Amino acid sequence: MIQILGISSQALFGQLLLGLINGAFYALLSLGLAVIFGMLNIVNFAHGALYMVGAFCAYFLLNWFGIGYWPALLIAPLVVGLFGVIIERTMLQRLAGLDHLYGLLLTFGVALIVQGVFQYQYGSSGLPYEIPDSLKGGRNLGFMYLPNYRAWVVIFSLVVCLATWYVIEKTKLGAYLRAATENPTIVRAFGVNVPLMITLTYGFGVALAALAGVLAAPINQVRPLMGADFIIVVFAVVVIGGMGSIMGSILTGFLLGLIEGLTKVFYPEASNTVVFVIMAIVLLIKPAGLFGRTA
Amino acid sequence: MRDVAQGPLLDLSGLEAWYGESHILHGVDMNVRRGEVVCLLGRNGAGKSTTLRSIMGIVGKRKGSVKFEGVETISMASDRIARLGLAFCPEERAIFSSLDVKENLLLPPQVKPGGLSLDQIFELFPNLKERLSSQGTKLSGGEQQMLAIGRILRTGAQLLLLDEPTEGLAPVIIQQIGVTIRKLKEQGFTILLVEQNFRFAATLADRYYVMEHGKIIDSFANSELEANMEKLHDYLGV
Amino acid sequence: MAAVAHSPSAARDASHRRDEMIAFAIMAILLAIAPLFAYPVFLMQAICFALYACAFNLLLGYVGLLSFGHAMFMGSASYFSAHIAKVWGWPPELAIIAATLGAAAIGVVTGALSIRRQGIYFAMVTLALSQMIYFFCLQAPFTHGEDGIQGVPQGRMFGLFDLSHQMTLYFVVLGIFLLAFLFIHRIINSPFGDVLKAIRENEPRAISLGYKADQYKLAAFVLSAALAGLAGATKALVSQNASLTDVHWSMSGEAVLMVLVGGLGTIFGPVVGAFVIIAMQNYLASYGQLVTIMQGLIFVVCVLVFRRGIVGEIAHRFNKSL
Repeated sequence: MIQILGISSQALFGQLLLGLINGAFYALLSLGLAVIFGMLNIVNFAHGALYMVGAFCAYFLLNWFGIGYWPALLIAPLVVGLFGVIIERTMLQRLAGLDHLYGLLLTFGVALIVQGVFQYQYGSSGLPYEIPDSLKGGRNLGFMYLPNYRAWVVIFSLVVCLATWYVIEKTKLGAYLRAATENPTIVRAFGVNVPLMITLTYGFGVALAALAGVLAAPINQVRPLMGADFIIVVFAVVVIGGMGSIMGSILTGFLLGLIEGLTKVFYPEASNTVVFVIMAIVLLIKPAGLFGRTA
Repeated sequence: MRDVAQGPLLDLSGLEAWYGESHILHGVDMNVRRGEVVCLLGRNGAGKSTTLRSIMGIVGKRKGSVKFEGVETISMASDRIARLGLAFCPEERAIFSSLDVKENLLLPPQVKPGGLSLDQIFELFPNLKERLSSQGTKLSGGEQQMLAIGRILRTGAQLLLLDEPTEGLAPVIIQQIGVTIRKLKEQGFTILLVEQNFRFAATLADRYYVMEHGKIIDSFANSELEANMEKLHDYLGV
Repeated sequence: MAAVAHSPSAARDASHRRDEMIAFAIMAILLAIAPLFAYPVFLMQAICFALYACAFNLLLGYVGLLSFGHAMFMGSASYFSAHIAKVWGWPPELAIIAATLGAAAIGVVTGALSIRRQGIYFAMVTLALSQMIYFFCLQAPFTHGEDGIQGVPQGRMFGLFDLSHQMTLYFVVLGIFLLAFLFIHRIINSPFGDVLKAIRENEPRAISLGYKADQYKLAAFVLSAALAGLAGATKALVSQNASLTDVHWSMSGEAVLMVLVGGLGTIFGPVVGAFVIIAMQNYLASYGQLVTIMQGLIFVVCVLVFRRGIVGEIAHRFNKSL
């Protein structure tokens, strides 16, 4: 067996892979938060709850309708995205012109309601969700054993993140989005339906959270509180990266996942808190965040 | 094409506007006919920019009547107003810093057929063509102004609202913008212009309106300019 | 640089003072006779939460900083006072004072970090720091993890008052609360409080007037942390235990909720809000997660249609400052 710094390579790379997977979720979630923040100027506290709803959607699709993982990967984000559209149209839109903190409080309330309803119905224990047959098993790479599903999660998340980056930074649609983030009034005065863009942006952001939820379902169990603590770490990731840059959100997400994984190997007691410690250090050195544009 | 030559293209009556609590326009009456260049004069704070912004529907609250081609727009949102065929070039130019020049130029969607092609725009503003891949806000002030005007020519809007297009620019560039506005008029655009630079306006406008305290206090045609010169100096305090 | 912003005329000021003093007297009397009508244990719990909410409101209502991490002060102080009273065997007054100072110390460190960001970032930073404290409490041996610290002795206050006697305990808790309340009131109406309000209204302007806004914000943060700690330390003696619940993020959310319900930026709002929420929690306690759902609904309703809160609405109707 190969040893690195006294740790077996199996354990080291296994933890790194787990870290990378968490990093993929951090990236997907903080990407959604950044996109929503850009257009709506709110931090979506309901993000963790909607991540959980995404996982439950996959569970319901399978157990109630017999619809498997692959369709769920598309349906769950659509359902949650639609839910987000309704939240935006019926509630968030009415906060226009108020202090941005109200948006935060409102979405916190939504998170409590959603999590409360699921807890009321399903308690706090986890529900199992099987890895799809086509991704069962794994391969031995010599220095580590690589489960297929985990490899898929990392690669697929990366593809989704990069595709989102491409759409926002390189396409006409993305140009509208960037312009409306800067100056919604003028973009609207050019004849663009900015309120509709805002609604769809919120829907898209939470759909990304739901997608992460579906990806997480076979790895972590499906639990009503799976997003509650997780989202706080994502907030720390967002503070570290700064929400100004799309690529920044993606990189920070994966990077912190890896660091967390390494911490699990070398100093497991700190693995829960390492992201927060890094946040504190970044606040001291570069308060605007690694990729933040303004202080 | 629909025949709307009968009435004015743009008709304001009793237009009032507010920013938050402050009441800025107190009943503006004016009109712009198809093919005209109309210039809105007045001192700082008279309400000229607010008039343009109210026409576009981007003030806090507005009342009264704003008709475009006979269509009442007072209760429309600004995106619907724009889609009737109006385009606005704001005083601060509003070039987007996260977009490059090409993206800035192509951003405003086409609202009507008959806008200028990119080549026609580059003919008016050759500088823009060389700087297509620069970041929007890396341009000089003059180039930014050209970009701000250029991007609304593609859209097919017939009425252009230009807010102080010469502000803070070098004389050479002011001249170039003057030439451009004349060309645009020749090509059939209707233009409502807000200007502090009276000399500049005098070479372009068909008619003038003078504003004070959120109201129109006088108006005259270009042919009556000489006769009104003294009054005008009074109004503008020059 | 003597006066900050525009202070209202002296006559109006005096009339406001009078209204506030009358309201304070009514509150004190109501709380003094309340044990005749309600369970003292419930009342003491609510009073501790009222103090906690007032501490939070000092920061949100008067400096405009929304902390989403006040549980870290409440929770850690309750651990401190429980540990000090039980393991070190100190008398209750010293346990409370030491725990309050402990919370203030945590406030110095976390405040210095979090005031480096503003608005929603401030909220996220405080939430994250408080989650870090939560994990620390989960793992540190002295907190006894999931079990918490149980069976905290109540002891004798100043060697005189036997706190295991329920009514004695009640009036000691009420006394602590009323003193702290007056202290907060004093802060808000001091020149220091005026600077805080000026920073809330327009930070760049306050800075250009020569105020070191960051130092003022930090001072307010530490005061708020200490007062939240005082609430937690007292609560630990009332309930005779300290547990992870007090340091969990949902506890931070409760502070926000109480202030929102009672009236943001009002002096009495947090007290009313705390009683309403604690009463609701007691009432719904047997229905499990219904409490969470109700809290969420209250959040949503308050933000959408009831932003002034109960006391804010009353004050608005009668044009008083409460």
